Amino acid sequence: MLNKSIRLDYRIILEHVEPSSSVLDLGCGTGDLLSLLIREKDIKAQGIEIDDKAIFECVEKGVSVFQGDIDTGLPEYGDKSFDIVILHQSIQQVKRPDKVLKEALRVGRKVIVGIPNFAYIKARFQICLTGKVPVTPSLPYEWHNTPNLHFLSLVDFVEYCIKQGIRFESACFLGNKRKINIFPNLFAQVGIFVLKENGQNKL
Amino acid sequence: MGRSMVKTKQINHKKNQEDYSLSTNNYSLPSGFVKTQYYTFASPPDELELESGRKLGPITLAYEIYGRLNKQKSNAILILHALTGDAHAAGIHEEDGQTGWWDNMIGPGKAFDTEKYFIICSNVLGGCKGSTGPASINPHTGKPYGLEFPLITVKDMVNAQRCLIDHLEINKLLAAAGGSMGGMQALQWVVSYPERVCSVIPVATTITHSPQQIAFNEVGRQAIMADPNWNDGDYYGKDLPAKGLSVARMVGHITYMSDVSMNEKFGRRFKNEKKPFKFSPEFEVERYLQYRGDNFISRFDPNSYLYTTKAIDYFDLANGNVLYAVLKGIRAPFLVISFKSDWLYPPYQSQEIARACKLAGIEATYCELNSNYGHDAFLVEVDEQTHMIRHFLKKVSHSNKVSEEHAE
Repeated sequence: MLNKSIRLDYRIILEHVEPSSSVLDLGCGTGDLLSLLIREKDIKAQGIEIDDKAIFECVEKGVSVFQGDIDTGLPEYGDKSFDIVILHQSIQQVKRPDKVLKEALRVGRKVIVGIPNFAYIKARFQICLTGKVPVTPSLPYEWHNTPNLHFLSLVDFVEYCIKQGIRFESACFLGNKRKINIFPNLFAQVGIFVLKENGQNKL
Repeated sequence: MGRSMVKTKQINHKKNQEDYSLSTNNYSLPSGFVKTQYYTFASPPDELELESGRKLGPITLAYEIYGRLNKQKSNAILILHALTGDAHAAGIHEEDGQTGWWDNMIGPGKAFDTEKYFIICSNVLGGCKGSTGPASINPHTGKPYGLEFPLITVKDMVNAQRCLIDHLEINKLLAAAGGSMGGMQALQWVVSYPERVCSVIPVATTITHSPQQIAFNEVGRQAIMADPNWNDGDYYGKDLPAKGLSVARMVGHITYMSDVSMNEKFGRRFKNEKKPFKFSPEFEVERYLQYRGDNFISRFDPNSYLYTTKAIDYFDLANGNVLYAVLKGIRAPFLVISFKSDWLYPPYQSQEIARACKLAGIEATYCELNSNYGHDAFLVEVDEQTHMIRHFLKKVSHSNKVSEEHAE
């Protein structure tokens, strides 16, 4: 059984990673998720991160990481060169999420995407009642210091994927401490999706 | 410079207890005094065959060792020096009291921790700091080689080091690490001997010289060769081409710094009070370069400068292929480090290495460190490099099950 002290979103991602698989984490930050996956699933890990300080922490945790921009950093990788590509809490921070997602689907046999939900009920209240840009646990920044370039809801993301013909293998919606099954676009703060390129792996 | 560079002391090639003691009992701590040792090999008829096809021997390599080799002989790290470096990488030399060129990185508790690892650094083939080079005595003539010395490549340097590593009875290096030309050697090591290197740390380096890098080297070479004392390389025992070497060194020093670091170091300050105008050095930067240039002759052989700069100009790791194909199959993880202000070996060249690692499926970490020091950064930016290297080595030691138990 997985340790309950592990962050809920990480626990969900762990469930979708097979032991000993190769994993590329785009925007791996300080390498927490990858080092957890190394420990729990003995994966072959590679991160890409742009921030120097975060890279130092990755190296400290024994995570291999390239300093680079994920907006431009993927063309080197061959098709399906990783079992899993992770875009956790990073797709809203890249300049061109459409291109990055397309590249991730090309490079990975499957792609795990985690996004913060802009349509979370508290965010809706804040924008409606106070007339201010929302600040929530999954969107903790103010307008002037946010690294997020794109604001999207779970529905936005699902619609986009359907339009692009991207296959959903699974989807999971998370609140503060538990999974959300009813009206996720209203009550979930984070959505985690497992995606596959269309036309392949017709399971 | 007329003195013989070839040490006559012959060391037995055979594996015996005495040899083994070289690498274990006879160690010295970098915090204290260290001494340079010499290994002579490739005596005729077993000369080393060079990349050019020519044969060279006997060859002496000057080397230093720090720390202790463990029982499994699995904790050895080879440090490779840059263009004008030498075997004295760490500690205080027992003869001249000089501190090693990477002393801030090698020693107890430092990036290359001598309490955990056994560190080896050798002067390159073609060098002039105790290893066989153009200033050494040519056994066929009894005189210094001069231009009779064969062309040396980075691959030849590595092949010669391999003989030293064999002599030390080390089957597999835990890491090959170095900056600039040292990085080229580290890369060549893993490509030439992939089964003998557990990891590679190329710092501020490239897989091949750009036209700009060749151009700066050519200016240096032309300065040496334009000095009338150079005399087609035959100057040993006579007046040395000191001015030519000095200009070469001045050009070199400019490329090792950055616009920002030169501004910080010198500004437009004048060195002395105003004197009558005579084109004598006035600005601090002029004085600095002249000082550096003029001192260089006391520690470097001009012909060695010609040969080693040529070696790095010829260096081409991929050798006409695509690099990732050359790296394919290598299992050793890479730690690639570059510096943002390094315009001599710009980060894009390190990114090429990182990119090839990605394509070849090699586990690699690439980091571009912030520094204003230009190419010199690899010698002075200690903290961040230490952090990266220490943790990288820890991981490599762990995955190679390196024991910290030392040999008795």
